[in-house]
Amino acid sequence: MALLLKGGRLIDPACKLDRVTDIVIRDGKIVELGAKGKKLSIPKGTEIDCTGCIITPGLVDMHVHLRDPGYEYKEDLASGGAAAAKGGFTAVLGMPNTKPIIDTGSRVRAVNEKAREATRTKILVSGSLTSGLKGEALSEMGDMHAAGAVAFTDDGRGVQDNSLMLRAMEYVKQFGAPVLTHCQDEELVADGVVNEGAVSTRLGLAGWPALGEELEIARDIALCELTGCPLHIQHISTKRGVELVASAKEKGLPVTCEVTPHHLFLSEENLDETYNTNFKMNPPLRTEADRNFLVDALVKGTIDCVATDHAPHARHEKSLEFELAPFGTTGLETALSLMVTHLVDKDLLDWDVLVERMAHAPRRILALEAAKLKVGATADLTVIDPEIIWTVTPDCFESKSNNSAFIGAELKGRARHVFVDGYATLENGKVVA
Amino acid sequence: MSSLSTQHVLALHDLNVSDINLILDTARSFKEINERPIKKLPTLRGRTIVNFFLEPSTRTRVSFEIAAKRLSADGINFSSSGSATSKGESLIDTAKTLDAMNCDLVIIRHKYAGSPYILTQNMRAPVINGGDGKHQHPTQALLDLYTMREHFGSIEGLKVGIVGDIAHSRVCGSLIEGLSMLGAQVTLIAPPTLLPVAPEVLGYPGGTPVTCTSDLESVLPELDVAYMLRIQLERIEKAPFPSLREYARLFGINTKRMAMMKPDAIIMHPGPVNRGVELSSEAVDTAKNLLLYQVNAGVAVRMALMYLLLGGDADGTVS
Ligand SMILES: [Zn+2]
Repeated sequence: MALLLKGGRLIDPACKLDRVTDIVIRDGKIVELGAKGKKLSIPKGTEIDCTGCIITPGLVDMHVHLRDPGYEYKEDLASGGAAAAKGGFTAVLGMPNTKPIIDTGSRVRAVNEKAREATRTKILVSGSLTSGLKGEALSEMGDMHAAGAVAFTDDGRGVQDNSLMLRAMEYVKQFGAPVLTHCQDEELVADGVVNEGAVSTRLGLAGWPALGEELEIARDIALCELTGCPLHIQHISTKRGVELVASAKEKGLPVTCEVTPHHLFLSEENLDETYNTNFKMNPPLRTEADRNFLVDALVKGTIDCVATDHAPHARHEKSLEFELAPFGTTGLETALSLMVTHLVDKDLLDWDVLVERMAHAPRRILALEAAKLKVGATADLTVIDPEIIWTVTPDCFESKSNNSAFIGAELKGRARHVFVDGYATLENGKVVA
Repeated sequence: MSSLSTQHVLALHDLNVSDINLILDTARSFKEINERPIKKLPTLRGRTIVNFFLEPSTRTRVSFEIAAKRLSADGINFSSSGSATSKGESLIDTAKTLDAMNCDLVIIRHKYAGSPYILTQNMRAPVINGGDGKHQHPTQALLDLYTMREHFGSIEGLKVGIVGDIAHSRVCGSLIEGLSMLGAQVTLIAPPTLLPVAPEVLGYPGGTPVTCTSDLESVLPELDVAYMLRIQLERIEKAPFPSLREYARLFGINTKRMAMMKPDAIIMHPGPVNRGVELSSEAVDTAKNLLLYQVNAGVAVRMALMYLLLGGDADGTVS
């Protein structure tokens, strides 16, 4: 069965492509791209009018918590896959802090198998660096790599033991997979829940100091320099952290980093005496100065990609005293729209840079096959309606959870269709079950 | 006739200057009644006031209890040593339960900042914050303001030094705002490890700015009030200073330092005092009348707040 996407604007910086043209998909591949102004037709199959839409290589979110197995009341592979489709993503990378923790090859295989049944969204698996995320001993990363794990991380915690972190990076290097690090010095951060500064003082909450993140970034960069193991800093949130990454890049080290939409578009100033627990995340929302610096660094490319740290939690878990509620906000279904609303629509970011930061960079960091808008490429595509205006409401989500820090936001732009291997996972804004 | 501009008192800044003056004036008339042999007023008869204490605090709880009794309200103590969640019930559910029982006023004390706000979202009754984590403790601040105002006649222009664990103090969260709002000049005096990261935000927007120093003796001679915060001995394992001995040496008030103070300056302390730490025994003995005055004022101020929140007017009627 063939599929003809008519009249969309194709944008792919990897192919230096930005033009309105038709595109034909068959057997999961792109089989034909129209020349400028030339209309295509297919004898049999489905035609989809994409006039006014932007078509990009499928977006990838390399930092999500799918909660499956073990916390299926928050999210499972099916609902997480649906949330990804709704948000315009064709692939997501799940973090290993499930129950049980993904720290063996058989658990990687179990998730991969379950994912094939549960969703057409490509579910990528990361394995833990240390056994049980305990930070004490290496997990069986060779076994996990053989089972299909594409990256290794103790996300949620930083590895506190310097010598263990050194061994982990030395060891992972042989697999060519990146180490993803959640940078948090536990002694410095202790029980901090919001950025240490004006807001922690005013609200009487324990501070989570920027230094607690920056010191571990500096350490991990030093270990990267020593070992040569590719290092990816997760959810970077401070100016100084980005400066450390920038100087590592200048040295030519294999260091990359991601930023979340909430660190780009919210700051500690969003916190007030209503103690809204949807603004409790780890790392915490930082200062406006940090936020502005992150936006600049993403535009310039010091920050390689956008990743959501999608962290679903049930309502009863978030409806607690601020200090007791778990960290995290959902992100899959708002990320693209936030980027369009706050950056593209304000002419701070070009569409082709958005494609680079949300589609190409994550694949490159994870050493995945590149996705391109060219004949013969896998038909993983995101079709975006750049003009649609919508409001984030608690009941608008495909995710099982609605702990979004952006509830109430009016956003512009949203995915209209998503294709994975040529099959629709999102059709006219509706998730295809 | 006047009444408060707010339904709840969660933070000192929920009140404006006239609210504070109304509370302090009302407290003065209650304080006179508290000196009478028969201290009970029929004012809040039939009203139910719940003392919802999720963190043990005998002093504050007893003060609220006595205040409720003196106003003839039915006071209910609802305490729990651990958090409500350790019993499997969330604060929201507990609030809804209390609401279903039609209580008229709730005082909450909890070790988590922001918990009084959760109550206001889940019940109809007015809420008084009896201390929430490291955030606010407005009734303590009001009784301190009362004490200073009675002693000096006015707060405006007073030089108040607050000494000690500013970073972990909910009293500071409220008291500094109140002093700054009423025009006192506040100096925070502490080792750098006990100063908050952003002390300037503790002042009141538009109020007098707050300054900091770690040199007690450099400011002591100018102070009208030396407000000594309690060192939480249980937090000492975090070691913000090397020893109690060294703390007392640098930041304690002793006979020698008392002699450096202005003759009419006063020493205050929210209690209970660690003798030999914040204050030497001699200093406690010198200051004790005022420390007990603070406790006594606490009952009157809490009576005033209950009375005003439940619809009482300055002329002594309850609508
Ligand atoms: Zn993380």
